[in-house]
Amino acid sequence: MNRIIYEMTESIRMAMAQIRANKMRSALTALGVVIGIMAVTLMGTAIRGVDIGFQNSLAMLGEDVLHVEKWPWITGDDWWKYVNRPIIKPAEAVRLNRIIEATPNSELDFAVFVHGRGGVSVKAGALSISGVVVFGSTGDYGRILTADFTDGRMYSETESDSAQQVTVLGSDVAQALFPGRSAVGQVVVVKGQPFRVIGVLAKQGSFLGIFSFDDQMLMPLGAYRKYFGIRNGNPEIQVKIKDKTRVAEARDELTGDMRRVRAQLPGEPDNFSINTQDAFKEKLDPIKQGIALAGLFVTGLALFVGAIGIMNITFVSVRERTKEIGTRKALGARRLTIRLQFLIEAVSICVVGGVIGLALTFLTCLGVKTAFPAFPLEFSAGLVVISMLVSVATGILSGYLPAASASKLDPVVALRYE
Amino acid sequence: MTPPAFAESRPVRPVGPLVIAIENVTKLYQMGEETIHALRGVSLEIRRNEYLAVMGPSGSGKSTMMNMLGCLDTPTSGRYEFNGSDVAAMLDDELAEIRNREIGFVFQTFNLLPRSDALRNVELPLIYGGVPRHERHDRARKALEDVGLGDRIHHRPNELSGGQRQRVAIARALVNRPSIILADEPTGNLDSKTGDEIMALFEELYEKGNTIIVVTHEESIARNARRIIRLHDGLIESDGPVY
Repeated sequence: MNRIIYEMTESIRMAMAQIRANKMRSALTALGVVIGIMAVTLMGTAIRGVDIGFQNSLAMLGEDVLHVEKWPWITGDDWWKYVNRPIIKPAEAVRLNRIIEATPNSELDFAVFVHGRGGVSVKAGALSISGVVVFGSTGDYGRILTADFTDGRMYSETESDSAQQVTVLGSDVAQALFPGRSAVGQVVVVKGQPFRVIGVLAKQGSFLGIFSFDDQMLMPLGAYRKYFGIRNGNPEIQVKIKDKTRVAEARDELTGDMRRVRAQLPGEPDNFSINTQDAFKEKLDPIKQGIALAGLFVTGLALFVGAIGIMNITFVSVRERTKEIGTRKALGARRLTIRLQFLIEAVSICVVGGVIGLALTFLTCLGVKTAFPAFPLEFSAGLVVISMLVSVATGILSGYLPAASASKLDPVVALRYE
Repeated sequence: MTPPAFAESRPVRPVGPLVIAIENVTKLYQMGEETIHALRGVSLEIRRNEYLAVMGPSGSGKSTMMNMLGCLDTPTSGRYEFNGSDVAAMLDDELAEIRNREIGFVFQTFNLLPRSDALRNVELPLIYGGVPRHERHDRARKALEDVGLGDRIHHRPNELSGGQRQRVAIARALVNRPSIILADEPTGNLDSKTGDEIMALFEELYEKGNTIIVVTHEESIARNARRIIRLHDGLIESDGPVY
């Protein structure tokens, strides 16, 4: 046992000496692995980055919120199934809340009716912003919002019940209309009506780059319905659940409750959809897998080329040092010893290449992050472990054949080799 | 220190127990179509503390004999016992162990590792023998001191003269306290003065009780030994003491 340790220590020392003695050659050989590991790790960071960006977007929707709507979020060519469903009404939210309160150990917390529409222009003095998404809701909506308030507050239940003309602005809206000063206490004009700003939401970013949560504006439901009407836009009921790990149970309960509210008969299909962020997840997973698969192929190819380079150079090394192998065998090196020596040499080159590749990836990530903060690249400790394992595996795979051929050399022939 | 002029005046030390017993050994090589009979039935006994020279012109089977004695190769037929164990039937790794423990090689071309210093070179057989680090260091240093290189232990081969390199190689051969030291043309790459110094070192080692086998084609080198075996055409032509 000790002998193997001594032999391995010796082999590592010899491998390092060998790399030092042939700097140029080792560097060129390692280049293949450097590129391979960079490909692996950059792909890893990109996939992870996309994943994290996606997670962040989903978190904005609220992991603990179920959306009861007429339409499902993801539809195919089956729109005709949904088009004749009844629209969601505020009274249904009230009835849902009554059922939730009456249900012992309910999975659901409370329901809020929210009515929203996009493409609205908002003005303040000489400044204006278009493309704002306006939501009308009761004051309860403040308990569902995932964004914090940078300034001010949510409107109260009293303010919303009395349809007061107050509003809460998303950060981009506030920024555009009141650049460099506080929006709270100011007045904005929507549909020709003045609304007093009572709160501003913190910046949230965009959802998958399509829809910005910062372009929104909230107002009491009464005011909304008065000026935007009840038939346009998208009315929905948002239901907060108690335990976000029990989404499926909550969903089942809500389905039952909603059917009761609408007095649907057994066997009749639901005439509403319950949407959760999972719908997007399911849609996005195959895309992510596609990226990963393509990435795996490309990186695999890069590593394969690198491995062949190392195999080649190890064969050369065995050839060059045939006499040394003969001497070592004469001095008592066993087959395993010789094999280990060349394997360790190949692995060492790979690990050196891997470390360089990893360092380059790290610098690239750092550079990209400072230049384009929004670009999804995420460096992680797991990446270090994976790339080191991949390096070692590449070294073993590429060093195996040359090492085996070295170990099988006949000492008599090897000693005579010039 | 030069070798004595008359062989008769040199002391012959009493021999010890049997180390090598070779009986009717043959070795065939296949060279393309042709079969070469390198050894055609050789029998030989070597005892502890002998000083032996193996001689013969090229093609006489001298190299094959050396490879056989050094356990680098196994005979095609016949019996070969090293310290009582049957070498002829051994596998590669078993032979490697025998070479490591029982045989110290000295080569014509020294065969030192170019990028390792003298100490590291001498330590190599101890690494393969599984000797712990500190002991390895001490023994390698001691072996280098024994061959007169105590002040050169951290020199690399390219910083040493030919004679010094061969001394490192001899220290490496000695370090594992082998049963035999097997030298293949040990002075072949040295000038005659340095060669004489190396032969004097062998004489010293012999007097300290080592068993030495020198393979050479030079009569003057062979006459340093106490017994000469002359090979011809794969057979032992003569085997006797030096007069």
